[in-house]
Amino acid sequence: MNWQNLQTKLAGEGYIAPPELAMALHIALELERPILLEGDAGVGKTQIAKTLADIYDTELIRLQCYEGLDASAAIYEWNYQRQLLSIRAMAERDGERDGEHDGNRGTVIDDIETRIFSADYLLERPLLRAIRQEKPPVLLIDEIDRADEEFEAYLLEILSDFQVTIPEMGTIIASSKPIVVLTANGTRDLSDALRRRCIYNFVPYPDRTTELAILRARCPSVEPALAAQIVSFVQNLRKEDLEKKPGIAETLDWAAALGGLGVNDITADPVALQASLVCLLKTEADQAAIPGAVAQRLAGKAG
Amino acid sequence: MAVTRFLTRASIAERMSDFTRHLRAHGVRAGMPETESSLGALQLVDAGDSNEVRLALKAICASDVDSFARFDELFSAYWLNTGKQRHDRTPTQNRSTQKNSFTNLSHMSGAPPADAAGRITTPDNNNDGEAESSGEGKLIATQATNRNAADMREFMLPEDEARAAETARRIAAAIRYRRSRRRKAARRGDGLHMRRIIRKSVTTGGEPLQLSRRRRPDRPVHLVSILDVSGSMKLYARVFLSFVKGLIGNDQRTDAFLFHTSLMCVSDALRDNDTLRAVNRLSMMARGFGGGTKIGASLRTFNSQYASRMAGRKTVVIIMSDGYDTGDAQEVGDALARLKRRGCKIIWLNPLLGWKDYAPVAASMAAALPYINCFAPCNTLDSLAAIEGELQRL
Repeated sequence: MNWQNLQTKLAGEGYIAPPELAMALHIALELERPILLEGDAGVGKTQIAKTLADIYDTELIRLQCYEGLDASAAIYEWNYQRQLLSIRAMAERDGERDGEHDGNRGTVIDDIETRIFSADYLLERPLLRAIRQEKPPVLLIDEIDRADEEFEAYLLEILSDFQVTIPEMGTIIASSKPIVVLTANGTRDLSDALRRRCIYNFVPYPDRTTELAILRARCPSVEPALAAQIVSFVQNLRKEDLEKKPGIAETLDWAAALGGLGVNDITADPVALQASLVCLLKTEADQAAIPGAVAQRLAGKAG
Repeated sequence: MAVTRFLTRASIAERMSDFTRHLRAHGVRAGMPETESSLGALQLVDAGDSNEVRLALKAICASDVDSFARFDELFSAYWLNTGKQRHDRTPTQNRSTQKNSFTNLSHMSGAPPADAAGRITTPDNNNDGEAESSGEGKLIATQATNRNAADMREFMLPEDEARAAETARRIAAAIRYRRSRRRKAARRGDGLHMRRIIRKSVTTGGEPLQLSRRRRPDRPVHLVSILDVSGSMKLYARVFLSFVKGLIGNDQRTDAFLFHTSLMCVSDALRDNDTLRAVNRLSMMARGFGGGTKIGASLRTFNSQYASRMAGRKTVVIIMSDGYDTGDAQEVGDALARLKRRGCKIIWLNPLLGWKDYAPVAASMAAALPYINCFAPCNTLDSLAAIEGELQRL
């Protein structure tokens, strides 16, 4: 499969990828490297992982990062309740037999240890699960920049060697190499070590033609004339000084909302236009920054 | 655009490693692994199509927003340049065939390695030259501002300057120390360390007798100091600068900015180990020192350019200013509100606050007050030392 094929396939699933992104994905897939996608919120970074899972008809394993995320929530955890039960059960059984020979207490403890720290007592978390699948899954590590810097270090082993080392058990090597997609919003800088292991792509806001194509692919019911208006309006809106610029997700929401309101021309009904802007402007300050008159002007330009 | 005609024949591997060297020379972090991956990627794309090769190499070699944006230019400068190698003037067949193709790549693939002399070609017009001159901006600014160094001398406190600076450094060191001790003393996030408990309970027959605990260590805060060096702050600027320098030290988690009518980042200059050179660098940057003040505009610059990288929930922003502003007071309030929304703490040190009967009535100061976590005086070294406690409390 070459990169144009991939682009076509993505488009077939409703994802319009610019050439740079399609090429980066192609390289990442071929070289079996993770891909790091950076860009503003709502430009479709997460959607890429979902679309890839659809294309390869495989499972999407998602790890949502947050501050304080640690190895026990992301990689693996021991099943403590089972371990406790098991220790007690074995201790009681030994207690019954122990009368005859009590010299081998040390070996009993060793037995218990090897038993409770075996695969049976291991709880898989997303990262470990991703490398133990039969069929290579898509592993989405979402918003990696929300996790603490220390957490990146956990990821390095998985991302470069596709393996997990558990001190009590040893190293688990991937049975199939997952397709790894990392996304970041730029809330903090990522370490160079992480960046160097990844293929990098910056996902920008789409240009007019791309956004129109996306809208056509995702909301086929929208009239072409209205679609052009919607895209022009949003493109102009992004040029305004806003705290949070509307992403593609917002455009699609807005298109759906306009459809629901029965609007065919955004210049026709100022009240409906203003009301529907809640789909695009997500903070109070932004809503205040785009009063009716400004919205009308933008709509006029769009029309 | 025609492709570069290199002087000597070299293998594609040599060309590629030369290209990564070219990238490195222009501040893109690329090395051996990138060269290797690039060569691998050439197998995956049509190496004759320069656009495809550009996209492929971009995916591999660029590693952040900045290098991603500059890559096209660097790529063109290296590969798509009509080479200006004098000795190689005779038109070859390469030149006449497909204009847009990647002559070097496709022809070099099988060529035997010669002496690797492929180097960055001389740019033949202004456009290409841009890539070559990146990172040189500061030096040019130097020449222009050198004359203004006299201004800097004017506000240096002559005899006790050294003593003041030393005191400031000590205070700053004390704050840093507090900062790191605070991490140890943190009691938040206490929980049971199940893994260890289970381990220990094996010896006691499954009874968890010894409870191990774990706590989430508190990370040191990111300190961002923003220092007003406008005319009204003249008297204090020198001491504060020493103070900021003390804060910065060698700690990578601190940043410093100066502003008067515009904002500039001085972290690197302050981190300079050579004190004399640091002062020189600063005085060069301090063009317009002692001029008017635009607090609002400067804070807005900080918000738009730096805040996303620096200001988070673990950030303490220290603003040192007297609040006398020639800009719009409303703007100060707005900028602070926006900064505050990122979740950082804001400390405002105002030298006037230590004065008798001072009330923060200056319009900008009044607009800023609602967003400030800690509003403290800093007209004397003692009052500076007192904020140590405040930092601990935040």
